[in-house]
Amino acid sequence: MPSMINSLKDALEKKFPGIKLRILRDSLLLEDPQDLTRVAQHVKESPAFRLDYLSSVTASDFLDYLETIYHFYSMEKKSGPWVLRVRVPRENARVPSLTPLYQSAELQEREAYDLFGILYEGHPDLRRLFLWEGFEGHPLLKNYEQENADTLEARDVEWLEAHGVKVPETMKKNAAELKASGKRALVEKPTEPRQA
Amino acid sequence: MKYTENNSTIDPSLRDEMTKQNVFVTTLDFIYNWGRRSSIWPMQFGLACCAIEMIAAAAARYDIARFGAELFRASPRQADLMIVAGTVTKKMAPNVVRLFNQMAEPKYVIAMGACAVSGGPFADGYNVLRGIDRFIPVDVYIPGCPPRPEVLLHGLMQLQKKIDSQSIQKAEWYQKGLKREFPIPELGPHGLVPKFNPEVWQPPETDNRAKHYGHVIRIGKKTKAPNLEPAVSAPPSPNPSAGA
Repeated sequence: MPSMINSLKDALEKKFPGIKLRILRDSLLLEDPQDLTRVAQHVKESPAFRLDYLSSVTASDFLDYLETIYHFYSMEKKSGPWVLRVRVPRENARVPSLTPLYQSAELQEREAYDLFGILYEGHPDLRRLFLWEGFEGHPLLKNYEQENADTLEARDVEWLEAHGVKVPETMKKNAAELKASGKRALVEKPTEPRQA
Repeated sequence: MKYTENNSTIDPSLRDEMTKQNVFVTTLDFIYNWGRRSSIWPMQFGLACCAIEMIAAAAARYDIARFGAELFRASPRQADLMIVAGTVTKKMAPNVVRLFNQMAEPKYVIAMGACAVSGGPFADGYNVLRGIDRFIPVDVYIPGCPPRPEVLLHGLMQLQKKIDSQSIQKAEWYQKGLKREFPIPELGPHGLVPKFNPEVWQPPETDNRAKHYGHVIRIGKKTKAPNLEPAVSAPPSPNPSAGA
């Protein structure tokens, strides 16, 4: 595998002089996300590679940055997977979309946007895929704060009483206290890192 | 499961003795419940892999028809029993509650599988409802991941026992002013609103998971990212800038 990815790196460096590439294990990291479109265009069309099948678009949270990871295959050459990575900052994460080149990227980019909040620029229809309209936050980010499902909040109490459900006094009191302190009922987070 | 023996007014031994003499004596409750329990029509829907076991229970090998529950109805209006077979996601939960509201009385619910009972392995996730009993009353819980068809049949027999224990005079669905519509939760910004219906379910006072496992289970995400930087076993690259 390293030799395979090395050949891709050499070919790309030859084609685009000055492009910044790095090999991480058996994948190729593009230092500049804006290179992604021209690199994908090249590997799709160059007769040496013909990566005509984008199998997977996914993302990962590395705490300091987010990564979008692409798995390419070549149906014609029967080769793959070829792994490309792109790093983006956690704030204002923007990556050029591959949907105009590969139709298969459309839903997977929507999924990554839904769960990680990465904006794919040039995507024709970037909406949430799994979660509903109006959901706040992107739950696969490491700093996502998950609600505590066993504690009612003021919003729940209001809703229940509007629908004619009796809410026990202790729960009402608890919800009112939470609202007064301006907090949400969240799942407690561990203070020390989890042991492997 | 809570059910009580239906105290018929006939002494059972006397009834058996008379049956031997070809004299049949019965009660209205017995006939009525016999008819109801022998043809429970479940609703035809499945949410996840437990549905596959439910389908297996309905097929030739396990044959749920032996218990009179083979007629899976595609409409909630014609169904007596809702088998919640599988993971109830928060996005799906309003629809499940709505379907339950649309069923005609008398209606029963079986929560099949760990996910429908408690959220199962997804209980700590952001997307799965931690048990359908948070919004609708459940008659029989069937744990397992997934439960085998035999267990579903056992659960069905338990439900039949419960039906047998009910009396036509006290049946709540013949009482005046019965209102058994449960409010349908809404999709909110962080999950369902409300998180549960306190008239149906309330959180337990003791942390049963901590009690069972002997320690507090804390969910949390890793605070350390995997390090990809050093090349693990790659031979020295001919290009000095590679793998730096």
